[in-house]
Amino acid sequence: MTGFIIRRLIQSGGVILTMTVVVFLGVYAIGNPVDILIPDDATAAERDLAIQSLGLDKPLLTQYTTFLSNLLRGDLGTSFVYNIPSIDLILLRLPATLELAFCALFIAIVIGLPLGLLCGLRPGSRLDKTVMGASIIGFSIPNFWQGLMLIMLFSVMLGWLPSTGRGELGTVFGIETSLATWDGLRHLLLPAINLSLYKLSLMIRLTRSGVREVMYLDYVRFARAKGLSEVRIVMVHIMKVVLVPIITVVGMEFGSLIAFATVTETIFAWPGMGKLIIDSIMRLDRPVIAGYLVVIVLLFVLINLLVDIAYSLLDPRIRLGGEPNDR
Amino acid sequence: MIDDIIQEQPWRRAWRHYRQSRFAVIALIVCSIIILAAVFAPWLAPQNPYDLNVIDFFDSKLPPGSSAPTGFIYWLGTDGQGRDMLSAMLYGLRISLFVGVLSGLIAILIGMALGLVAAYVGGWIEALIMRVVDFMLGFPTILVALMLLAILGQGVDKVIFALILVQWAYFARAVRSAALVERQKEYVEAAQSLGLSQPRIMFGHIMPNCLAPVIVLGTMQVASAISTEATLSFLGLGLPITEPSLGLLISNGYSNMLSGRYWISLYPGLLLLLTVFSINVVGDRLRDVLNPRLSR
Repeated sequence: MTGFIIRRLIQSGGVILTMTVVVFLGVYAIGNPVDILIPDDATAAERDLAIQSLGLDKPLLTQYTTFLSNLLRGDLGTSFVYNIPSIDLILLRLPATLELAFCALFIAIVIGLPLGLLCGLRPGSRLDKTVMGASIIGFSIPNFWQGLMLIMLFSVMLGWLPSTGRGELGTVFGIETSLATWDGLRHLLLPAINLSLYKLSLMIRLTRSGVREVMYLDYVRFARAKGLSEVRIVMVHIMKVVLVPIITVVGMEFGSLIAFATVTETIFAWPGMGKLIIDSIMRLDRPVIAGYLVVIVLLFVLINLLVDIAYSLLDPRIRLGGEPNDR
Repeated sequence: MIDDIIQEQPWRRAWRHYRQSRFAVIALIVCSIIILAAVFAPWLAPQNPYDLNVIDFFDSKLPPGSSAPTGFIYWLGTDGQGRDMLSAMLYGLRISLFVGVLSGLIAILIGMALGLVAAYVGGWIEALIMRVVDFMLGFPTILVALMLLAILGQGVDKVIFALILVQWAYFARAVRSAALVERQKEYVEAAQSLGLSQPRIMFGHIMPNCLAPVIVLGTMQVASAISTEATLSFLGLGLPITEPSLGLLISNGYSNMLSGRYWISLYPGLLLLLTVFSINVVGDRLRDVLNPRLSR
């Protein structure tokens, strides 16, 4: 087990290093921020001063080594637009994104698991057909358009819920969150639903197919023959096996929630790091783009690492050699 | 003649199985109509939405069913520039489908070739290919595409490139695992003892037997590519304004939506949803039909 974790840690390090090169080349080698950041009426001397202070006149390799050594010290440059360190800017916005992603995940699990379970236990029933049809719509409906329609329906036409911002923040255990106030919750509801719908469909399908695979296995029949109650068979014996793949998928999907949050945050003007990155791309604010990429890569490497470790704890085939379906 | 029957049988059997679901048959018909509408958009559209001589700016933001002074009826209303929405949507559909299908096809070719090579050659080549596949699949599609376009800038070619890059790994993984099973079978051994060349065994014998998962995955991926392109265009990072796909049309209507002019965003979105949905239903049904494990 220790060997497995060490191997995975070295792999993760490789991924991170590769990504720093890609991030740097991609963000720093293409485009010219001088044109965007310095007003057209600036004198030549003012331009040169700005280029020097931003370090844009150095050779590419020097810029990379500076970038890397700064990175190790947690310094990803100063935002061209906000004029504060980009890592501070991103970390300032991170809690809002995490809050949104966690709420979306919560909705997906609380609604998706029971529905998937019910459908899996009664395949072919009317409920099963309806829910499965609805879940294909959930998969197909473009996330951003669904968000627009939520705003149109609940904010513009009905006027029930606000469409932009985080609302009033309250403090719980020293963390500022929208979950603590009524106004914040009202602001949170639409974006959280918007973000969760795809994952909800996924959760339903995963649970359903898991239940269908497991419910005819011998050990379940044996449990029935032993006379255990149906509730106990489903809640304990079936769920225990079904939950294994779901836990790992939930882990991986959390990363994708953070990715899709860029769309949701843009639509609902949610002040998270997803909206920040879209704004920064539009303004060519390269330190923020680079910082975001590094933070995202670290986040994903961490998530993937945790998921792998969790999976290898739950399924010994992984650490005993390769993928479970390998040769 | 006997050969014909034997060769046609799997497809005929698949179709017989497929049509048992009426819902899936309807989805297939809808899908075909959408594809035809996209292909023949210039002939079907009541107006050329990009011909400035036809567009009247005074007709902008008219609700559905309004008529122009010339007697022309805007069945789905007009957008901010006075373009007929129905025409703009047909042209947009054409661009969306073109980008989605083309990127999907190229991704299939690349992914299939690499997956086959990985499974058949093995060794360090397989390790390298699969490591890259794992790397690609470790990050969500939308995020990779977003970052690529942030770096590359806008353009049809760049969007297609980004979509290929995020999709090929899925096909490589699926084809490799199918090919690993196939290469153990006797017919491959027979082909090897006949002294056939490696490429011929790989592409002539193993590949056709790996097509089922590729077809299913390919259908789903085209739907996902269309949706991803729309999302990117909506965020302003996808196609340029000169190539208005459905995503861009929705984006244009966004600002008007808050003032109650819902139709500019609603109808292109519905068309997009219908397109992605019907393709997904077809793909879902194909998976049931072509997956021998479930049909048994």
